[in-house]
Amino acid sequence: MTLSPDQLKSAAAEKVAGLAKLRRDGGVLRDYRAPRWDEPFIMEQGTPGERGILVPLAEDGVTAEVGAAADYIPEGMARAAAPELPEMAQYQVMRHYLRYAQMTLGMDLGSDISEGTCTMKYSPKMHEELIRGHKAADLHPWQDEDTLQGLLEIVYATGQYLKAISGMDAFTLQPGGGSHAVYTNAAVMRRYFEARGELDQRTEMITTIFSHPCDAATPMVAGFKVITVMPDENGYPDLEAFRAAVSEKTVGCMITNPEDTGIYNPQIDKYVEILHDAGALAFTDQANANGILGYARARDAGFDACHFNLHKTFSSPHGCEGPATGAYMCTEKLAPYLPVPVVTKDGDRYHLDYDRPDSIGRVRGFLGNWMGVIRAYAWIRNLGPEGLKEVAEISVLNNNYLDNLLMAVKGVSRPYAEGHRRLDQVRYSLEQLKEDTGVGTEALRDRMVDFGIQSYWMSHHPWVVPEPFTPEPCETYSKADLDEWAAVIKKCSEEAYTDPQFVLDSPHAQPIDQMRRTEAMEDPDQWAFTWRKYKRRFKDKA
Amino acid sequence: MKKLGLIVNPVAGVGGRVGLKGSDGFDVLRAALERGATREAPRRARLALERLARRCDDVDVVTWPGEMGEDEARAAGLEPRVLGSLDGRRSYVLCELERSGERPVIGCDDFVLTTPADTERAARDLAAAGVDLILFAGGDGTARNICHAVGDRVPVIGVPAGVKIHSAVYATTPAAAGDVAALYLQGHAGARLRESEVMDIDEEAFRENRVSAHLYGYMTVPYARGLTQSAKAGGVAGEERALNDIATEVIAGMQPGALYVLGPGTTTRAVMERLGLAKTLLGVDAVRDGELAGADLTESELLALVEAAPAAYIVVTVIGGQGHVLGRGNQQISPAVIRAAGPDHLIVIATQTKLLSLEGRPLLVDTGDPSLDEQLSGYARVITALGERTMYRVGA
Repeated sequence: MTLSPDQLKSAAAEKVAGLAKLRRDGGVLRDYRAPRWDEPFIMEQGTPGERGILVPLAEDGVTAEVGAAADYIPEGMARAAAPELPEMAQYQVMRHYLRYAQMTLGMDLGSDISEGTCTMKYSPKMHEELIRGHKAADLHPWQDEDTLQGLLEIVYATGQYLKAISGMDAFTLQPGGGSHAVYTNAAVMRRYFEARGELDQRTEMITTIFSHPCDAATPMVAGFKVITVMPDENGYPDLEAFRAAVSEKTVGCMITNPEDTGIYNPQIDKYVEILHDAGALAFTDQANANGILGYARARDAGFDACHFNLHKTFSSPHGCEGPATGAYMCTEKLAPYLPVPVVTKDGDRYHLDYDRPDSIGRVRGFLGNWMGVIRAYAWIRNLGPEGLKEVAEISVLNNNYLDNLLMAVKGVSRPYAEGHRRLDQVRYSLEQLKEDTGVGTEALRDRMVDFGIQSYWMSHHPWVVPEPFTPEPCETYSKADLDEWAAVIKKCSEEAYTDPQFVLDSPHAQPIDQMRRTEAMEDPDQWAFTWRKYKRRFKDKA
Repeated sequence: MKKLGLIVNPVAGVGGRVGLKGSDGFDVLRAALERGATREAPRRARLALERLARRCDDVDVVTWPGEMGEDEARAAGLEPRVLGSLDGRRSYVLCELERSGERPVIGCDDFVLTTPADTERAARDLAAAGVDLILFAGGDGTARNICHAVGDRVPVIGVPAGVKIHSAVYATTPAAAGDVAALYLQGHAGARLRESEVMDIDEEAFRENRVSAHLYGYMTVPYARGLTQSAKAGGVAGEERALNDIATEVIAGMQPGALYVLGPGTTTRAVMERLGLAKTLLGVDAVRDGELAGADLTESELLALVEAAPAAYIVVTVIGGQGHVLGRGNQQISPAVIRAAGPDHLIVIATQTKLLSLEGRPLLVDTGDPSLDEQLSGYARVITALGERTMYRVGA
């Protein structure tokens, strides 16, 4: 049977509308339809001469006294021609961005259980008051440290808490993100071996395929070769392969535990031991720390350094909603190489210590993204040590509850480590669903957004688990949230088995349709990040 | 409208279920019939076609009559355009039996009307008809026939249906073959073409538990990147970029004066191309200081070159779909050659996609010398990109 496009549309609409009934009958799925605005780019809007704000000219007396404002612009800095900005009234600008915002499943609007490896937790709104209040927002980065004592105290105290949580001796909160902290580690290890005269000999960093890609990418930026270890049949990094990889050339390892599979490696200290026996160093990427807070300390497993994401794990908003803050902790052995300035305490005074001759130098301007530090400080102070442990407990409990629901869904499997519980997240596979129905993980992801929840994170590159998806139901979420999320996956699976084409054609309730020409995303010749570029590349040609 | 060529080799896989390690040749067919073999390829072809039909309703199927494709296309609800003719054709087995004056085997009269020559003719006809893709159901013998007929002029995708599946031209399952064919015909960005090995082994030797695999050529095969990586992973290196990276890494590590033996394969070809040299795709070449030291070398030529060199390294890649790095399609690199270079001078190169497609199975060495195989087993530092190695298990 072939339906006409109109028939198809109404069939899809019927199915979507049918869900509302499910909810009225006691189901947990919701009827959702995103608003769709046919909204042009802002650069295509406006009327010449129109303005949002009319700024009054300076009064004659003022100009007579101090000269014209334009005269204050240094020579060579003034524009020859006015910038090509859209000319619009304020309300039009507001309307434009609100329309875009409505077409987005933004933060706090949908369920972010989907975003595994990202630890999308609720970021308390009180924290925004702290960083937006005048005490924080009016600080100037060039202020003397004597006038920054309050902020330095918060940075220092947060560092002490993170040292306690990780077991490490020293810290920096300067990196502007998780990968940046991981890069800082590569640079610190490099400096350590340089100081020991071993840098010519030690050229290889070891990571694992299930660690975050930055654990391979950043050591390369630091000039090392990278050796990747594959998982064994249980999903742990193959210990024998790891042993075979380590030699007198090894700098160290940069690995995640638990890895993105959610499997905690109980033998992690063995890997560290192999490295130390070879004179190498061990770093653990703690992006997945939510399930081990207060339960496992990197130092106790023998690690020389580790990091935390203050965004994600410590409640500061993630990604573009951030900005992000990477916390890097290390042992006394690596402390001399930390970026400057290091925040120190002397009696009641806090200092910015620049006098560190072995330091790798700065990795970011000023104090880094201290807004994330303030949020993390508030969060840690609110929870206390027992509260932090409870975060780990609830996130593991949530994950295993969701796991029970998902493993009952047809077509879903959980590769590796059969019979072993996962911690904070699970990397599932839809290989069976794909084989049975032709609906793979990308199609299911495109369908689930029709239920008003965020599309799931599939996997970092490369896909070791076929047709992957990786939810992470951290401590924020309620049982009702978990039930709804699992019900969406179950519903999508049922649809795949009964009407796969309907799923393959999804989304049906979103402001935009499926992106069909994905090859453009991989072709730099088709990218246009600025309006000028877009015009040159596409519009002027048309 | 896109055109799909369809070839079913009804004989393929007949020997497998009855333990005959292949289906080539008359005696084997007869034995298979006597052991009650059923036809495997048509069933698998239908599974692939059903999946294709569901995903892509605007495809024009072109095929050969009856059991060579027409029947399966119709069974899957497709209306094929039929080329060629099998009118008046009688069972190959029956004819052979009659010719030798033997008693007909039960079932032989409606069994196997076609021969390898038909597969080749069908492939040529489909190519002439301008099909965009040939989907075939068969094994290594079928792949070899199609490769012989059309080479890399028409993309193909194999439905694995034979007993021998050493080539790398098949999808993992019939349904996956239907999926990737549909994606490719619809011009989906997730489906790309790559050159894949066509290999076949000597069945007689195989039945005597000796494996003698040869690399016959390369065909272009669409693959769904989604099997191993996200189609939307922005900035992810494509196959070509990955090969270029590997080549750059290998060349950067080359020692002055040392001889580098390069086994067959598209990955090793990338190294030669980056040096501005032509690679014998199916053979073994050697380079020294960026210059060609020998092309398409035999074992004895290789041995002479390696022994004369102050140092020699052997660069090999994964050949075929089973994960072999030695002993399949590169037998010129013999145990003597490997020993002369030094077993620790073996450099394995492969894209990460290729390694992941092994789904955790080890790389394989089968040089014919068990003690050497043992020595080469363990873990290889496979060069997968610029500055990157993957520790990968090697088994014998």
